[in-house]
Amino acid sequence: MTSLLAAADSLLDLIVRAVSLRDYNTRVVIGGTTLLGIAGGVVGTFLVLRKRALAADVVSHAALPGIAVAFLLAERLHPGSGRSTGWLLTGALISGLLGMAMTMVIRRWTRIKDDAALAIVLGLFFGLGMALFTVVQRTKTGNAAGLQHFIFGKAATLVASDVWLIASVSATVTVICIAMFKELALLCFDEEFAAARGFRVMWLDSLLTLLAVGVTLIGLQTVGLLLVVALLLIPPTAARFWTNDLRLMTLLSALIGGLSCGIGVILSATFSKLAAGAVIVLTGTSFFVVSLTFGAARGWLPRWRSQREFERRIGRSDLLRACFEYLEPLLGPSAPMRGELSKHVIPADRLRDMRPWPPARFDTLTRSAESTGLMVHESAGWRLTAAGADEAQQATRQHRLWEIYLLTETDLDPRLADRGADGIEHLLDPQQLAHLESQLAESATFSLPPSPHPISGAALTRWNQPDD
Amino acid sequence: MSNVGTNNLPCPLAIDDVTVAYHRRPVLWNIDYQAPAGKLIAIVGPNGSGKTTLIKTMLDLVPRAAGEVLFFGEPYHAQRHRVGYVPQRTSVDWDFPVCALDVVAMGLYRKIGWFKPVMRSHRELAARALDRVGMSDFSSRQISQLSGGQQQRVFLARALAQEADLYLMDEPFAGVDASTERAIVDILRQLREVGKTVIVVHHDLQTVHEYFDEVVLLNMRLIAAGPTAEVFTPDNLRKTYGGKLALLDQLGEKMALPRP
Repeated sequence: MTSLLAAADSLLDLIVRAVSLRDYNTRVVIGGTTLLGIAGGVVGTFLVLRKRALAADVVSHAALPGIAVAFLLAERLHPGSGRSTGWLLTGALISGLLGMAMTMVIRRWTRIKDDAALAIVLGLFFGLGMALFTVVQRTKTGNAAGLQHFIFGKAATLVASDVWLIASVSATVTVICIAMFKELALLCFDEEFAAARGFRVMWLDSLLTLLAVGVTLIGLQTVGLLLVVALLLIPPTAARFWTNDLRLMTLLSALIGGLSCGIGVILSATFSKLAAGAVIVLTGTSFFVVSLTFGAARGWLPRWRSQREFERRIGRSDLLRACFEYLEPLLGPSAPMRGELSKHVIPADRLRDMRPWPPARFDTLTRSAESTGLMVHESAGWRLTAAGADEAQQATRQHRLWEIYLLTETDLDPRLADRGADGIEHLLDPQQLAHLESQLAESATFSLPPSPHPISGAALTRWNQPDD
Repeated sequence: MSNVGTNNLPCPLAIDDVTVAYHRRPVLWNIDYQAPAGKLIAIVGPNGSGKTTLIKTMLDLVPRAAGEVLFFGEPYHAQRHRVGYVPQRTSVDWDFPVCALDVVAMGLYRKIGWFKPVMRSHRELAARALDRVGMSDFSSRQISQLSGGQQQRVFLARALAQEADLYLMDEPFAGVDASTERAIVDILRQLREVGKTVIVVHHDLQTVHEYFDEVVLLNMRLIAAGPTAEVFTPDNLRKTYGGKLALLDQLGEKMALPRP
């Protein structure tokens, strides 16, 4: 027991130390990688919207042979200098750009499609890189050089100078994205229109690629070339679930990217056995899963709920209208005015026959109407309450107005088409409404105007499915 | 067909002997056409006849193998601000995180200039353009939540925001509802009233007479062009749509083959 407490205590101490940034080095690393995450989130937003997500993956994989060659070259020229970050990143930059250029050439001059071109270049460069790495391993210093950190990433090996490089590249990339926000947005949305308006699409595309290359390179040491693409893709994809506004999406993406990196590094500093790259990506993925589920704009749960709410409203209005339609021929046209709707009991089986409801659906609907105080259950069947009678009358009236409107105005204004019948009063001016009312009155000697469309059982069973 | 526009102004659009080829297969042959100013002009032809390519090559989006296009007497890049372009609605992914007003404002980006943000005054201009196409209620709606006709109106508003003198529209009537079609026709007529020229790629032969003053019949080459009443005849239509121009097809095939 005491040992458990002691373990918990030391763990707490570790976390406090990491979070309170007491270590200078940890503090620097956290700051740098957070900036990296922000830059990745911002550039990634445009990359994802431009549908060039895989291009970043190609750049990072294509960097591998460059790293190996740079190491070998440096060792040959100045033995012992092969590990310098400057050398290695320059090599990575050159071969990464070479890989990118090769995909562009393939795309431009052959009929090979985009995805195939990317896959070919990725395979070629990564294969070449792995081959060169076996050469590096055989050199005297190669084994200890820690080049494998570029593949899997190791944030803990970052030194202050690396972090300053990361921070300055991240800041530059972010500032350029903000300055060119509208141009990049136009490029991603409608490149043809951009070109017609005189924007150089080639130029803008190259800039976007360059920005992505920048983030990829500085991300190599931290998360490794296998995972660096996640820095660019996960934050914007997660952010998209929360908003339909590009500005907000970019902001959220930056936030998610920054938090993923910051939290990831803190966790890996606390539990020294966890590789920072993996933890960063897993943190980002958690943000993604949360966004996918709860995202306000297109997350799964909000969509499911609004769909359910919609079905419930339709079901309730159908049920009340069925009550009204059952009572209507029995009581005559003025029944609503005399308040008679709520005085009569509707036999349950007669009510059920009004629509092709499956039994379970009918039970759900009536139960829900009872619990919301619209209907009461009596031994002989169902009776509308005063509130239920009002709503039934209202639902029927609006439904009929809507149907008449659809029938008479055959070329429906598309601005109105996506609204439900219950909003009709807000859509039409009083004159139109009065006109429709008069038409309703004409046809309403309360033999019902026949529904202009068959109410098909199939449509109703479709509504039912989520309840089953 | 007159070579000069009205009021001694240079012709809004002069196409001189334009040929376009994709992978050495010609898609447009020796197109010659001068558009009269202040008219509504339809480009009509069967699928694959090069209508869209013609529009795109005018805007330097598709390279020409030969020929020249002049807007108001000058090349496109010098007159860009006077030419409005409405691409095909299906050419973009509408599931993009922007609202209708944002899209319309894109028509002003050139005017706003590099690095500068979209200001309130620009947004007001965009809102006015949206209002002209009857979409002011929808300015803040995300574009994927608009109907096809509404999306088309947004595209039209984006071009209108630019205040051009010549408009090139690629299939603005494709797949739109009746009231959008009416709204677009109204806009076209308003533009003509203030002396603008509008060139529309059109697919509905039934409405050509009603909507357009001039018609260009196209099927890889220019079949006929001129006032609708004179040119839009059964004979010319047969030439455009009937008989697949077997000779040109064969020649095109031959040129696409690698040379020995």
